[in-house]
Amino acid sequence: MNVALLVTCLGDALFPDVGVATVRLLRRLGCTVDFPEAQTCCGQPHFNSGYHGDCRDLARHVIKTFGRAAHVVVPSGSCAAMVKVEYPALFPDDAVWRGRAEDLARRTHELSDFVVNVLGKEDVGAAFPGRATFHMACHSRVLGLKDEPQRLLANVRGLELVPLERHDECCGFGGSFAVRYPDISGAMVDDKARYAEAANVDALISTDAGCLMNIAGRLRRRNSNLKVLHLAEVLEKTA
Amino acid sequence: MTQPLPMVDYARHEHHDFLGGTEQALASADLQTALRRLTHAMSEGNRRGYGSLPDSDALRDHAKRVKEHTLAHLDTYLEQLEKSVQRLGGHVHWAETAEDARRIVAEITTRAKAKIVVKSKSMTTEEIHLNPALEAAGVEVVETDFGEFIIQLAGERPSHIVAPAIHHTRETIAAVLSTHTGQELPPVPEVLAMTGRRLLREKFLAADVGISGANFAVAETGTVVLVSNEGNARLTTACPRVHVAVMGIEKVIPRWEDLPVFLKLLARAATGQSLSIYTSILTGPRKPGEKDGPEEFHLVLLDNGRSRVLATPFRESLQCIRCGACLNTCPVYRRIGGHAYGGVYSGPIGSILTPLYDSVAANEHLPHASSLCGACQSVCPVRINIPHMLIGLRELQHEGRGDEGRPNAARTKKHGPPWERLIYWTWKQVLLRPWLYRWALWFGRWFAGSKTGWVKKMSGPAAGWTKHRDFPAVAPRSFRDRWRDLKDEPPPS
Repeated sequence: MNVALLVTCLGDALFPDVGVATVRLLRRLGCTVDFPEAQTCCGQPHFNSGYHGDCRDLARHVIKTFGRAAHVVVPSGSCAAMVKVEYPALFPDDAVWRGRAEDLARRTHELSDFVVNVLGKEDVGAAFPGRATFHMACHSRVLGLKDEPQRLLANVRGLELVPLERHDECCGFGGSFAVRYPDISGAMVDDKARYAEAANVDALISTDAGCLMNIAGRLRRRNSNLKVLHLAEVLEKTA
Repeated sequence: MTQPLPMVDYARHEHHDFLGGTEQALASADLQTALRRLTHAMSEGNRRGYGSLPDSDALRDHAKRVKEHTLAHLDTYLEQLEKSVQRLGGHVHWAETAEDARRIVAEITTRAKAKIVVKSKSMTTEEIHLNPALEAAGVEVVETDFGEFIIQLAGERPSHIVAPAIHHTRETIAAVLSTHTGQELPPVPEVLAMTGRRLLREKFLAADVGISGANFAVAETGTVVLVSNEGNARLTTACPRVHVAVMGIEKVIPRWEDLPVFLKLLARAATGQSLSIYTSILTGPRKPGEKDGPEEFHLVLLDNGRSRVLATPFRESLQCIRCGACLNTCPVYRRIGGHAYGGVYSGPIGSILTPLYDSVAANEHLPHASSLCGACQSVCPVRINIPHMLIGLRELQHEGRGDEGRPNAARTKKHGPPWERLIYWTWKQVLLRPWLYRWALWFGRWFAGSKTGWVKKMSGPAAGWTKHRDFPAVAPRSFRDRWRDLKDEPPPS
């Protein structure tokens, strides 16, 4: 199966290991992976901040960049939701671009969604010894995902998955929100970090670079030893 | 030396000082404990409540369709409601503004020669600031919902749509009631509840007029429906000689058979109850031969900006049935409480209603103080897309729009520093050109690179990030750099 990777700007600049793990995982599952090098950012920051005109320009760029791929896989729920849910709505009065946006939306999948619902695999042959807990990224809700990541993790050899208190509560990232309202966002992420520490695990796993940078950044400020990993980094490892 | 400005009493006065209110809320250990405990209990209730339905998603979709239909034909259903109420012998009053509504209610109480008015909990009467207006006319106004009663005695504003005294603890409630009664009361819920009951029963029996809101009004039958857990709505509408219901025009529903859809959802969404303890179904004033009910019934239909919002992309906000579920689940509300938001309505829905009805420009923080996590939409009984409306308000702010033709239009200004728009525009120009983006990555490494992999302190607009957390440094080799090697890596066997 031919797959184009939308690595996302945060993944590209801050978490290249996540992109590498995603590529290796998808290849192991039999996919041919391409990385269209014209890609930059999906425009979510512009969209969320209310700069819809700028966002439309960026959406057109992404739509052109991923014009031909059979499937577009995104190791980030919020960027996948941007393409799948928001792009078509950005062009209400433009039949051509709306059509192209809807076409891309149909072909685009968040990583766990792609593995479980497109490839039909819940056991990817991964092995990861240790105790871990899972934080649900908010955009799983927007994408209508249920428990795809947990189902994948349940089949990882050696992994003991421990419940996280309020696992589906936002970690406080929210893009510009984290910078504009550091005290509210800080209170949110501090709770998340404390719940993760209380779970007494080696690692916290999630599916979105935004959550990862926020939670890992707070844990580090708290001098915690807890590792923060993207789902792809766990699924990529084999015995 | 200059005197420090007097601190805004956020619990008592509406305000636009979101940051100050937030700071105070985050610093209050009591408030943090109270908020977390109660919102957790209510949001768990919401989960349980929806879970107890065979298909809550389908029911919520249905409820949304009923609301969409009603709003599309609002004029028709309101006129039908008026005729139905009049047929039953009730009086209908149309109030275009809050001031009109206050005047109408004051005239009714004056005609009734009312000395005491009892009220059951109503956010709509909070919205129009009814109590001070009636008190100025020489009437004693008594709130009869226990939480409302406490905050009335304390001189405070509600901090939650359905749990107005959520910011109180049993200790602070004991203190408020002790001051009021002149007796030292222990912080024991039973004692406090019985004290409230004794004080309020006297008022129910002595009151000349009872004022309520309306959870729903059925156009077809002229029925006003009130839900409550304390029975105070029932006493308010049954004991006094005159009953006045004040409702926002969006609360009308077309048919009797639409009512169960909303009754099934409202209490479940709010607290997880299948139904609230009392559901009062009031169809007109007392008829000859009936033993109870008011002799006079008045329905005040309040617009107060609603028909203006109806004609905007924010129409969906009029579907709200005021269950408070979005507050309970909101990670921001759960930490700052209701008073920080500044307006009558708080939480995610308040962050939409307050800008729309007060001023988009003056409430610059409300649309932004959300991580857009979507928890609100996922618990909403009518699935209002609150995140999209918040983003829509952000857009209005950048463009200096949204307050046209409003009483406070003079306050309209473009939100935010002008350089913000320039930053987003420049950023876009970079993102549209992969070669420039590559160069920006290099620049990023210089600005936010680090040998340890983490940056402890950033400046400028990014300073907020490093106030409470480290920032992951820009990687020495980005993914696109590593793709050159990865591209030709042999697939794992």
